[in-house]
Amino acid sequence: MIDKIPQVKQLVILSGKGGTGKTTLSAALMHLLSESPFEGVFVDADVDAANLALVTGAQILETHLFASSQSAFIDPGLCIACGICEQVCRFGAILPPITEQEVYQVKDLLCEGCAACVHTCPESAIEMVQQEDGEWYHSLTPYGHQFHAELFPAAENTGKLVTTIKQHAKLYAEDHHIPLMLVDGPPGIGCPVISASAGADLALLVAEPGVSGIHDLERIIKTLQHFRIPALICVNKADLYERGTQDIRVLAEAYGYPIVGEIPFDESIPHAMVQAQPVTLFKPHSKASIAIRRIWKNIRDALFTKGATDD
Amino acid sequence: MKIAVASGKGGTGKTMVATSLAASLAPRLSVQFLDCDVEAPNAHLFLKPVINQVTPAVIQLPEIDKARCTVCGRCIQVCAYNALAKIGENILVFPQLCHGCGSCTRQCPEKAIIEVPKQIGTISLGKTAGDISYGMGELSISEPMPTPIINQLKASFSDDGADLTILDSPPGASCSVVATVHDADFVLLVTEPTPFGLHDLKQMLGVVAQTGTPAGVIVNREGIGGTPVENLLFEHDIPILLTIPFRIEIAEGLAAGELLTDILPEYKTRFIDIFNVIQNKLKQPEGTK
Repeated sequence: MIDKIPQVKQLVILSGKGGTGKTTLSAALMHLLSESPFEGVFVDADVDAANLALVTGAQILETHLFASSQSAFIDPGLCIACGICEQVCRFGAILPPITEQEVYQVKDLLCEGCAACVHTCPESAIEMVQQEDGEWYHSLTPYGHQFHAELFPAAENTGKLVTTIKQHAKLYAEDHHIPLMLVDGPPGIGCPVISASAGADLALLVAEPGVSGIHDLERIIKTLQHFRIPALICVNKADLYERGTQDIRVLAEAYGYPIVGEIPFDESIPHAMVQAQPVTLFKPHSKASIAIRRIWKNIRDALFTKGATDD
Repeated sequence: MKIAVASGKGGTGKTMVATSLAASLAPRLSVQFLDCDVEAPNAHLFLKPVINQVTPAVIQLPEIDKARCTVCGRCIQVCAYNALAKIGENILVFPQLCHGCGSCTRQCPEKAIIEVPKQIGTISLGKTAGDISYGMGELSISEPMPTPIINQLKASFSDDGADLTILDSPPGASCSVVATVHDADFVLLVTEPTPFGLHDLKQMLGVVAQTGTPAGVIVNREGIGGTPVENLLFEHDIPILLTIPFRIEIAEGLAAGELLTDILPEYKTRFIDIFNVIQNKLKQPEGTK
């Protein structure tokens, strides 16, 4: 029944709040997917805190440089210290000279690469310099091919890097007739989340009971509604604060998003992480693994059974 | 003094540390608290401030005056973000791509571009019952760029307006974190002793190495992951200032919106001690440690 798949389905794992268990769940779903009749391609879209490879035993096949942003450079030999660059820079990235012998300098960390200074410098003393922002990798795991990246600390263009690895993952999936691309998303609701969600057929939201968890869950729900992406919700550490889990059920109901599983607090999850394994492989019969297997069944039905999505 | 609380990994306890530090010191010092995690701001759920002012956070977007525009294309050439394009005989602006740098407006030979503010979020200011001056930025749903809101929030407070300014940072190690921590006097890094926590702490150590900011580490949920943090920090010469054990009553209390210092009041003196250690460290002349 999966011989002729017209397109690659895209599932994105999101949460709003960080640290709710996106990567733990992604790794477990990768493992369960590899034991099912379906095949998947995997993307770690949390490029400035990329942890999926730590639990999937990813062997890097290819390494690519990601050089996307530019930073201004002022030639000290040409600068006459007129100060126009400082006036036009809206990002506070131009440092004025402290002594008379010095000239203006660019603070790379704050430079947005807009080149406003380059266009206005009367001495043509400023040029844009290409920056290396990170690396991205095509890797092999026991569960399938994984595309991931490491943004260099303090680098820019997370959204573009996410888009880049997703494009390569999708091409790979299309070329090899793989029906599903699973994207482990970043926290928040901004630029890399929007890139990670672009084109998604379904989102799985990992919620955590408590005042912070529900506040951020509502923000990611509203974001997905805006982009018209259907979503399922699962609750992690559901028994740690039962009142909060009840609040999540009420919120989910109010937005019309189904809850597809509740994972209890289970120490096998951090233990699996230390052993660098998906929890469903490390302890297949733990409370968490049993709950995650049920979630996977619900996702599979929603993605591949006719009439079960876009509700 | 300005202390930023950051982590790399999300959910390690940044907001717990930042809010408890603020609440512990507020009886002794004037404290400002800025929630810079504008995509998922949560500190207000714990500090429970009374908000008395909400202002829009904006970026400046170009607007083309068609009567003056000759479609010369200069604006497209100077835009580094591909936020302008020529479609037919018109110049179109793509607001989500614009960073508000002003180059197109400045470079237009016909003066056919004006700038109009576009709201991308809000800045809320207020005060807590414990007399903490509080500010938070909030990114509007579907807007991509948090950084301008962080900068605007920080500009709403003056550095010398208080004895202590606490910046609650977003997770990650890219632009919005840099915007939060780059001008801090000290960065408190919160981690958990798991492989994920450590990997992302390394990213943050890379950030503070670039900003040149002194830093210290708080290990949260000690006992849960069994990955020692010490070896990594030894290489970087960064001290562990506090270890907080994993305890169910802490998790429950935080979930209910309580401060750590309300759940376990003995932490008040520990946070005061941390502040004193940081203060002494910053007072020492350079070169001595």
